[in-house]
Amino acid sequence: MISNLTTGERRGALLILLVMTLVGLFFAAAGRGDPIAVHGALIMVAAIALAFPIMARLYDPEPPAERFDTYYDDPSKVGIILTFVWAAFAMFVGDWVAWLLVEPTWTTSGAWSSFGRIRPVHTTGVIFGFGGNGLIATSFYVMQRTSRVRLPDQLSPWFVLIGYNLFCVLAVTGYMLGITQSKEYAEPEWYADLWLVIVWVVYFILYMRTLARREEPHIYVANWYYMAFILVVAMLHIVNNLAVPVSFLSAKSFSLFSGVQDALTEWWYGHNAVAFFLTAGFLGMMYYYLPIRAGRPIFSYRMSIISFWGITFMYMWVGSHHLHHTALPQWVQTLGMTFSLVLIVPSWASAANALLTLNGAWHKVRDDATLRFMMIAAVFYGLTTFEGSFMAIRSVNALSHYTDWTVGHVHAGALGWVAMITFGALYASIPWLWKRERMYSPALVEVHFWLALSGTAIYVFALWNAGIIQGLMWRTYTENGNLAYTFLDSVVAMRPYYIARAIGGLLFLLGALAGCLNLYLTIRYAAPATDTASLKPLRDELNDAATLPAE
Amino acid sequence: MALEERDPITGYMTTGHEWNGIKELNTPVPRIVYVFLILNTTIGLIYWLLMPALPLGTTYTKGLLGYDERAAVHRDLTSAAAARAPWHDALDRQDFSALAADDKAMKDIREAGRLLFGQNCAACHGVEAKGNAGFPNLAAGALNWGDSPEAIQETIRVGVNSAHPDTRTAQMPAFGQDGILSRNDVMAVISYVHDLSISGITASGLAHPDGAKVFSAQCSACHGADARGNSDLGAPNLTDTTWLYGGDLATIFETVWYGRQGRMPTWESRLGARNVKLLAAYIADLRKRRP
Ligand code: HEC
Ligand code: HEC
Ligand code: HEM
Repeated sequence: MISNLTTGERRGALLILLVMTLVGLFFAAAGRGDPIAVHGALIMVAAIALAFPIMARLYDPEPPAERFDTYYDDPSKVGIILTFVWAAFAMFVGDWVAWLLVEPTWTTSGAWSSFGRIRPVHTTGVIFGFGGNGLIATSFYVMQRTSRVRLPDQLSPWFVLIGYNLFCVLAVTGYMLGITQSKEYAEPEWYADLWLVIVWVVYFILYMRTLARREEPHIYVANWYYMAFILVVAMLHIVNNLAVPVSFLSAKSFSLFSGVQDALTEWWYGHNAVAFFLTAGFLGMMYYYLPIRAGRPIFSYRMSIISFWGITFMYMWVGSHHLHHTALPQWVQTLGMTFSLVLIVPSWASAANALLTLNGAWHKVRDDATLRFMMIAAVFYGLTTFEGSFMAIRSVNALSHYTDWTVGHVHAGALGWVAMITFGALYASIPWLWKRERMYSPALVEVHFWLALSGTAIYVFALWNAGIIQGLMWRTYTENGNLAYTFLDSVVAMRPYYIARAIGGLLFLLGALAGCLNLYLTIRYAAPATDTASLKPLRDELNDAATLPAE
Repeated sequence: MALEERDPITGYMTTGHEWNGIKELNTPVPRIVYVFLILNTTIGLIYWLLMPALPLGTTYTKGLLGYDERAAVHRDLTSAAAARAPWHDALDRQDFSALAADDKAMKDIREAGRLLFGQNCAACHGVEAKGNAGFPNLAAGALNWGDSPEAIQETIRVGVNSAHPDTRTAQMPAFGQDGILSRNDVMAVISYVHDLSISGITASGLAHPDGAKVFSAQCSACHGADARGNSDLGAPNLTDTTWLYGGDLATIFETVWYGRQGRMPTWESRLGARNVKLLAAYIADLRKRRP
């Protein structure tokens, strides 16, 4: 892999790693006594560890010019492996956290493993580690295919991928060390946030450069969604994380916002993270992998346009539905609620566009678990957005807010939509990328599918019940005007649902582990693709090779 | 570049574009999408008309319904207070013995008390008030600060070692750690205390004469010469089987060596006088029902 880099790129990589080593060393030495020193040391060690293999191959010959005839897929391959690693790690932690809610003693006495610290390890691990790597890996793949052009260089994709994973590692190790700015989904502190800004700008430029060089006259829908994901996440991340560090040698910072402004900024960020990270990016994934796997044209080009602009315009306004019945002025809540109501339309249009694309391919859905992953994802996408718009109504939210219903909703989206579309896309990409006939074990994909589906169903049904019961218990009054139940009564009542949820989570985790095993077996043992013509993208790749201009 | 073609399955034309084998149909947007778009937008606009919705510089549109969240909460609170007024009144008017005789009032106190206790006290004292190590059992056994409803009321009001200016102060000195007693004396006195509740004061004094001596010199000032405690100081009765921290030798050693200063929060400002009284009546009633 490293000898595929040009000598210039190898030198560039070493230079970057040198700078990182020095920065890490600075924080490790000057920040002694503060947790930031641990992260300085971590950055330094990671940079040095990466530098060794590059130095060993620094004087290898230049890679052959034929490389320009192919797509550059090494970063996608590593990205896919990382996606599975994060899935296994973060879903394990998630199920651990779930069992802790059943039996609080099932943890160590170390502060690092207390519920409050490992819960964000789970959320960051799945959203940013698993979801983010899946998005980056597939976006590199998709942008090249749909633009019919190779990535403009070989260094920046690695910078994006490795830099992003460094951010994720800083985030989760930070929580276990007690480093957090206590903003949900934006917990990492100022230095990790700054690092992510750099990585993200490089990602954006890489995407723009690839699109600018495209050999296709039009930009495919999937790319609009990936672009919206990259652009808006940059904007959200920068604004929500504006903060002043206590000192440049301290991990602690204070947000620029306070009080209700802080809450609104946080949920403007939070909901658009849902919209542009967990929705737009994965819609991009869906718009590429679903039609290609089904072998069907997208049902309606026009519907993809109005959905795209509907979703991008309306999501921006709805964050305040996370703050119903709070100190936030009511008119802001009204805006959040009404925009959420309209948002259901483009959301369902997207889900319908995906499902109608399957017209004429339903027999494939029946036989092919990979395509079925994508189909079920579209169904859960429709379900989650319907539920979301419903919960955004103030009077419904009065019941659902603060309860496990919200967590049920999240996981209908996260397990049913985000994870299912990702697994579908990964199972489609893996044989294409590693040039295999198919996954080593299609039966194992089938097993994964049923584990994932049953896990999601158990999880979501358990928490819908749990949430509604909680909500009702908290608002039931006796004739005398007393609450009928104490909070503890509701905690006790949750126990059976929490057990069911933890079992559902376990099934989902087992499915992901089956995926990891299948990935390993496919890379190691699966038969190489013989009939390349049967694999559409490969055939196109060969055709493209003739037309692709040598740079 | 492919040209537009007809899709045999849906019958629609493609747009003529192709990316890596993916084509798109030029299917018109189904009418139902527009219907719902217009419908939901209209509902949204009507809601804007009726409710607070749009910012106008320093104020906002109040909406035709004139609905105000703050006013609504005030209304709810007022009507809830009205619903509780009759039994609140009974609670305020009567003293504890009159309350205990008033069946109707006691029924209300049990209902409201269970809730107040569950929300505020159960985390430390347990849902059924039976206590945990370090947190006294309130439902049965002797109470260190007095068993009368009035004494209980005062404990809840001011707390123990709390921030309240009139707080009750429980100070069990750290005899070992602070070097007040030698290790031998501590060992002697804990054996004596350990046996008090098992074999009684006379037998224990005979079995541990050294311990008894240390006790009368160092401990009796607070715990009493008969070791039956002193509720003014919160010093526990050491001859009964009720233990706050524990009656085994190891725990007694810890108590005497390192001392104890249990903390019970003050509830006066948080719950208000009426609820404090209600809780005292509730606990007194619990103790009566579960002696
Ligand atoms: C200054 C008064 C004072 C003196 C002197 C004192 N105690 Fe105490 N003792 C207390 C108080 C008050 C408590 C209750 C502590 C609490 O509520 O946290 C207590 C608690 C205890 C307990 C725990 C009882 C339980 O229920 O777990 C033991 C045992 C005890 N004392 C033994 C002794 C012995 C033995 C001595 C003499 C060496 C002694 N005390 C001297 C005030 C005193
Ligand atoms: C943070 C834990 C905590 C909470 C919450 C708490 N208590 Fe206590 N409470 C204690 C401790 C500890 C003591 C023992 C204090 C001492 O050392 O004497 C105590 C003592 C008491 C006593 C005196 C017991 C005696 O032996 O005389 C009463 C009565 C009492 N609590 C009632 C309540 C009520 C009613 C509530 C709820 C409004 C409540 N407590 C909430 C910790 C708590
Ligand atoms: C039309 C689309 C959607 C709308 C209107 C919507 C609305 C809502 C509402 C009202 C809440 C509860 C807020 C509260 O009471 O605290 C919520 C929570 C949440 N939703 Fe959605 N939702 C939508 C789609 C999605 C999707 C597709 C996902 C993907 C995973 C998702 C993930 C989440 C998450 C993570 C939370 C939890 C936030 C928290 O931590 O409190 N939502 N959403």
